[in-house]
Amino acid sequence: MLEIRNLYASVGEVEILKGINLKVKAGEVHALMGPNGSGKSTLAFVLAGKPGYVATSGKVTYQGEDLLGMKPEDRARAGVFLSFQHPVEVPGVRLDQFLRAGFNAIHKSKGLEELDPLKFDRMLRQRVKVVGIDPALTKRSVNDGFSGGEKKRNEVLQMAVLEPTLAILDEPDSGLDVDALRTVAQGINQLRSPEKAILLVTHYQRILNYVIPDFVHVLVDGRIVKSGGKELALEIEAEGYEKFEQPQEEAIQSPG
Amino acid sequence: MTPSPATATSSYIAALEAFEKDGFNQDPGWTRALRKEAIARFSELGFPTARRGNEEWKYTDVGPIAQAPFRPPTAPGVAKLGASALKRFTFGERRWHRLVFVDGSFNQRLSFLSALPTGVKVLNLAEALKSRSTLVREHLAGHADYSNQAFTALNTAFVHDGAFVHVPDGAVVEEPIHILFLTTSREKDTVSHPRVLVVTGRHSKTTIIESYGGLTDARYLSNAVSEVVVGPGASVEHYRIQRHSEEAYHVGTTQAVLGRDGHFSSVTFDLGGALVRNNLNVLMGDEGSSCMLNGVYLVTRSQKIDNQVTIDHAKAHTTSRELYKGVLDGQSKAVFHGSIIVRRDAQKVDARQEDKNLLLSDQAEANIKPAFWIYADDVKCGHGAATGRLDESTLFYLRSRGLSEDDAQSLLVRGFVNEVIETISCDPLRAHIGDLVTATLQEL
Ligand SMILES: Nc1ncnc2c1ncn2[C@@H]1O[C@H](COP(=O)(O)OP(=O)(O)O)[C@@H](O)[C@H]1O
Ligand SMILES: [Mg+2]
Repeated sequence: MLEIRNLYASVGEVEILKGINLKVKAGEVHALMGPNGSGKSTLAFVLAGKPGYVATSGKVTYQGEDLLGMKPEDRARAGVFLSFQHPVEVPGVRLDQFLRAGFNAIHKSKGLEELDPLKFDRMLRQRVKVVGIDPALTKRSVNDGFSGGEKKRNEVLQMAVLEPTLAILDEPDSGLDVDALRTVAQGINQLRSPEKAILLVTHYQRILNYVIPDFVHVLVDGRIVKSGGKELALEIEAEGYEKFEQPQEEAIQSPG
Repeated sequence: MTPSPATATSSYIAALEAFEKDGFNQDPGWTRALRKEAIARFSELGFPTARRGNEEWKYTDVGPIAQAPFRPPTAPGVAKLGASALKRFTFGERRWHRLVFVDGSFNQRLSFLSALPTGVKVLNLAEALKSRSTLVREHLAGHADYSNQAFTALNTAFVHDGAFVHVPDGAVVEEPIHILFLTTSREKDTVSHPRVLVVTGRHSKTTIIESYGGLTDARYLSNAVSEVVVGPGASVEHYRIQRHSEEAYHVGTTQAVLGRDGHFSSVTFDLGGALVRNNLNVLMGDEGSSCMLNGVYLVTRSQKIDNQVTIDHAKAHTTSRELYKGVLDGQSKAVFHGSIIVRRDAQKVDARQEDKNLLLSDQAEANIKPAFWIYADDVKCGHGAATGRLDESTLFYLRSRGLSEDDAQSLLVRGFVNEVIETISCDPLRAHIGDLVTATLQEL
């Protein structure tokens, strides 16, 4: 579904991604772990098409298409979704209206039915139950004055509504207490299906107890230095990232 | 030949002389004396220029208004306006009261009044003058300063028709009173002087909507003056929706005077006009009075909008809140000049002023000029001003959910002005204005 080949990317003058290779097939969940500043969010933004995050070389194909050549909205319409590490506050724009605009834009591009406010509201109310947020939040401005936990749940709510094919989740777990973590994980698991794929970015292993990954990758200084199964996450949990933060060759050759 | 301001002035004098002979000649003597005094003041004052070191007019050049001799239309009010032509402007609910003025004259056929509480009067000024109303005599031109303000003097010089609303003590007018001033004349350079007088009694409640618009491609001047008297403990909600054509010049002066514990709220929307100047003056005339003055202006291409808001906290324990938001595209220019005066001994005044502009183009320009004249020591005054662009990260957030760049931008701009729209307390009016704003934004 997603194939990243030798991707280099810069923000401003600074090169942050230095040759990323990654293949994600339908039905799979990939966890991307790494220390702070290693480039996890940068990769997520490059994949979602954030202006200013420039791929300087390499190639990314999504469902056989050149992803990097697409506008952010076209990526969303093609089924790519990014859950933001830091969801943006949008004063004055009501969550339900915003989400309906996105939902209808996506549906329209696919030739699917667009929903009027009434029908959309019905659907939204069902999804709200899954992520366990106060339904009143959907009538408020997007993320405006939401708590940290509410913002994260709201990202998962948006994912549940937009039903992406490829969900890139940038630290959906950071700052959550155990209960919130469980509901967020549950929301993510509901998306799992043989047709869909998830790239789950996280700093900590904790969420992987709830969302069991098929593969785990370790990102250090803009490169994937190690890939493995879910046990790799436990190894990081026990030993930290230090042993990966060595010259690249050594890290790759060290036994897993 | 470009006419000079002097010939423009003499053309106004000539126009008034003609009216005094025919049209205005049934008015009571005091009205004729008032007009005479006002035209004399106007001749002395002349149109304001920035040159005289005049801070109030520093950023707005009214040269185009001063130079062209704007005349009353030769055949006022004859346009055969049908309900469909009017529809763009008669937004709202069927049960709202409506007074319509076409090219300066009251139009009975297009106006409509629902049942009003006992004692409440809603009628056109010419009619009120005919009935020798003492209230009109007491208040008309008694509040808006025509001795020092040229445009108010000019309006007062032509005072004859307009809207008169009187809400006596304790009366509650449930439905808004919509006063609509339309310019329809196809002649070039016509002028009208819309006039509104609202007098409210103790503990009364009134909602007034003033609409201004044009159904013509010709250039015209609309020079409006409104006086609003808020009785003790009374509440007046005053909405102004300016949707002139993009050729039009508009000068609108509103003078509100508040009694003890009176509340005045003003929410204005400027969605049209080539050159628009609004003077909103509020006199916090007695203790416990409060006001909320909010506004939205949307300008593009070469439109210019200048909002002068002056709050005079003459008495102690008075509160004012101001929030204006502007969206500027093209080469448009906006001025917001908010003055807050706190008189000596007016302790415990609480005043806050805020103006925020959103620039959608590099050529647009916003000037914000707050001014505080504080002569009391125990007061709370604050102000905030900001001019910025749409936030890139926010735009991206919206686009990442499938919205096109245009749709994301419209949604954000709408969100920006929403803070003001939300302050409209009349539910159907809020919905109608929301729609008007959305439609205007789509044309930016
Ligand atoms: N907008 C930006 N401008 C400048 N530097 C940035 C920007 N975004 C990220 N960086 C830098 O890129 C590096 C990687 O950041 P990021 O991708 O956020 O890491 P992670 O998500 O793994 O913590 C960091 O050194 C960070 O300071
Ligand atoms: Mg990050």
